[in-house]
Amino acid sequence: MTERIITYAEAIREAIGQAMEADESVFMLGEDIGVYGGAFGVSGDLYHRFGEERVRDTPISELGIVGAAVGAALVGMKPIVEIQFSDFTAQAMDQIVNQAAKIHFMLGGELSVPMVLRAPSGSGTGAAAQHSQSLESWFAHVPGLKVVLPSSPADAKGLLLSALDDPNPVIVLEHKLLYKTSGHVPEEMYRTPIGVSNVVRNGTDLTIVATGVMVSRSVEAAEQLASAGIEACVIDVRTLSPLDMDPINASIAETGRLMLVQEAPKHVGFMAEVAARVSEGPAIYSLTEPVLRLCGMDVPIPYAPQLEKSVVPQLDDIVEGAKNLVRGV
Amino acid sequence: MATITPLFAPEQGTISANKEAASASLESLLAIRFFEEAVDGLFARGLMHGTMHLSIGQEAVATGVCAALRKTDYITSTHRGHSHCIAKGADLTRMMAELLAKQTGYCRGRGGSMHIADVETGNLGANGIVAGGIPIAAGAALAQKMQGRDNVVVSFFGDGATNEGAFHEALNLAAVWDLPVVFVCENNKYGMSFSTTKSMKVEKISERAAAYGLPGVTVDGNDVDAVFEVAKEAVERARVGGGPTLIECLTYRHKGHSKSDKNLYRTKEEIEFWKTKDPVGIFETRVIESGQLTAEEVEQLTQKVRDAVRLAIQEATQAPDSDPAELLSSVFRQVS
Repeated sequence: MTERIITYAEAIREAIGQAMEADESVFMLGEDIGVYGGAFGVSGDLYHRFGEERVRDTPISELGIVGAAVGAALVGMKPIVEIQFSDFTAQAMDQIVNQAAKIHFMLGGELSVPMVLRAPSGSGTGAAAQHSQSLESWFAHVPGLKVVLPSSPADAKGLLLSALDDPNPVIVLEHKLLYKTSGHVPEEMYRTPIGVSNVVRNGTDLTIVATGVMVSRSVEAAEQLASAGIEACVIDVRTLSPLDMDPINASIAETGRLMLVQEAPKHVGFMAEVAARVSEGPAIYSLTEPVLRLCGMDVPIPYAPQLEKSVVPQLDDIVEGAKNLVRGV
Repeated sequence: MATITPLFAPEQGTISANKEAASASLESLLAIRFFEEAVDGLFARGLMHGTMHLSIGQEAVATGVCAALRKTDYITSTHRGHSHCIAKGADLTRMMAELLAKQTGYCRGRGGSMHIADVETGNLGANGIVAGGIPIAAGAALAQKMQGRDNVVVSFFGDGATNEGAFHEALNLAAVWDLPVVFVCENNKYGMSFSTTKSMKVEKISERAAAYGLPGVTVDGNDVDAVFEVAKEAVERARVGGGPTLIECLTYRHKGHSKSDKNLYRTKEEIEFWKTKDPVGIFETRVIESGQLTAEEVEQLTQKVRDAVRLAIQEATQAPDSDPAELLSSVFRQVS
C-alpha cells in the first residue's frame, strides 16, 4: 500500500474535521476562518462542511475571541481558537496567561479549560517584525499551559488530536513555512502524545535538538553531514511543555556533543532551558565540548529577504555549526 | 456548611411585595453584609492574610440580579466578588475557609478572596483582572446557545472595567452573536482611587451600550427592587434569544478599595451621604413598612444570618490548613 501524502495544512484540517465529526462540542473560532478559509488556508472547506456555527468567523478581537473560548470551554465546549498570526496572541495575553492557564489551579481544581489555541508562528515569509515571531518561550514559561510545536504533517495531525483530548489549555504553534510541506499522514484518528520528544534521525557523532521548522532543516543538514562522515542524531522536542528530556540525555551519552537549534532569539530562549536541564543532570559529564546554541539573532525579524534570512539559522549555518562542534573548532 | 435561603423571583411584581422573596433577599443582603464585616474584623485582628475587596454598601446589586436568575444560570464575578458569590448561593463556610487559607476552601487555599468559584451554583469565578470575566461570560453564553440550553450568563464588573478593551470586545461579540448574557456594571464611582468623572467622558456608563447596538439602562443600585426589575427584564430577554443588555447599577462601597486604602480621594461627607442610602437599611424599612415582614421577623432573620456567619467562621477555623504537597500535581487536570 502506498503511503498517503498530504500537506501540513491538510493534516491539520483533517484532524479538525475528524474531531468535529466525532464530538459535537468541538468548534472553531477565529478571524477569516469561514468562507475565506483561513489566512493560511488551514480551515479551507470546513465552513462548508460544518456551517457557520461551528466554524465561527469572529470580529478582529483576539482578546474577546480567546476569552469567549475560555468561557465556552468552562461549560462543556471544546473550542479550537485560530489566532491569525502568533504575534497577535499579544492582544489576547490576559485571557491566555491570567485566565486559561490559571483557572484550574487557582479556582481549586473543579473547573478546567479544555481549549486549543492554534497560531502560525515564525519567519520566512517577508511579513516583517509583527507577523514573524517565534514566541513559544513566552507560553512555555507559564505554568498551566501546554505548548506544542508540530514539525511535520503527521505530528501536526497527531498532536492536534491529542491537544483536543487534553482537558487543559494547549497552545499549538504551527510554522507557516511548513503549511505547504508534505508528508505521510495516516487517515485514521491517531494521537501523537504530548510530552514525548521525537528522535527523527539517529547518529552517534553529535546530538542536534531542534524545534519547528528547524527540525526539517536540521535533518537536511544531517544528510549533508553524513556525506562528510558525520552522523548527527536529530531530536524534535515537539512539545515544549511538558518537556521530555530522556531521549536528549540518552543521545548525549552516545555523542558527547550537543547543538541546540531554534529560530527564536537566543536570549532567554527555549533552548536555554534544554541546556540548563542537561547541565543539571548526569548528561553533562558526557559532554566533551561546550554546548552550542544556534538561535535567531536578538533582533526583530526584518523585512528584506536577505536580512530576514540572516537573522535565523539557515541550512548552511547548521552544517557549519555541526562540523565545528565535531572538529572541536 | 452554612448556607442561606436561595434567592428567587416572585412570579409577579417586585421582591418587596412578596413575603418569601423579600425574606430571601433580606437574608442575602444581610449575609453579604455580615460575612464581610466578619472578614473585616478577622483581618483587623491579624487572623486573615493577603488583601480583600469588600462590597459593603453594594449588596443590593448582587441580590437584585441573582434573584432574577435560576440556579442553572451562570455568573462571572470580580475581585470584589463576595456579594455575587453569596447571592448566587455559595456555602459561607467554604468561602470563609478559602479566606482563612484552609484546605476545605473553594480553591483549597490557592485562590483566596479574588478567585472563588462555585460550580454547584454556576459561579464561574471571581477574577483578579479587571474586566477579565467579561469575555469569559460571553463565551459561556455562546456555549449555552450552541448547546441548545436556555441558561443565561450574568457578568458582573465595575465601572473601571468599562475602560478596558476586554469590555469592548466582549460586548461587541455578544451583540453580534445575540448571546444570552447580561452585563451588569456596578458603578461605585471609583476605579480604585480614580473617579469616573475623570476616567470617562460619558455621563452614564449605560450610554456605552449604544456603541454595540445593545439596550443600556441605568438603575439605582442600592434598591433591590429596582435592580431586580431591570435584571428580570434583561434576563428574560436574553433567555428567549433577544440578546444582551448592559445594566449600570449606581452604588457605592462604604469601605476602601482594598486593605491598603487610606480614602485620600473621597470626602467624609460623600461617604456619609452614601451611608444614608444604605441598601440593607432601605430594604429593611421598605419590607417592614409594606407589612410583608414584621420588625420581629426581620430581627429573627438577622439573628439567623448572624448565626450562619458565626458557624461559617467556626467550621472554617477548625478545617485543616491548605496543603502544599499537592501543588505541583494541581497545575493541570490529569489526562484521563
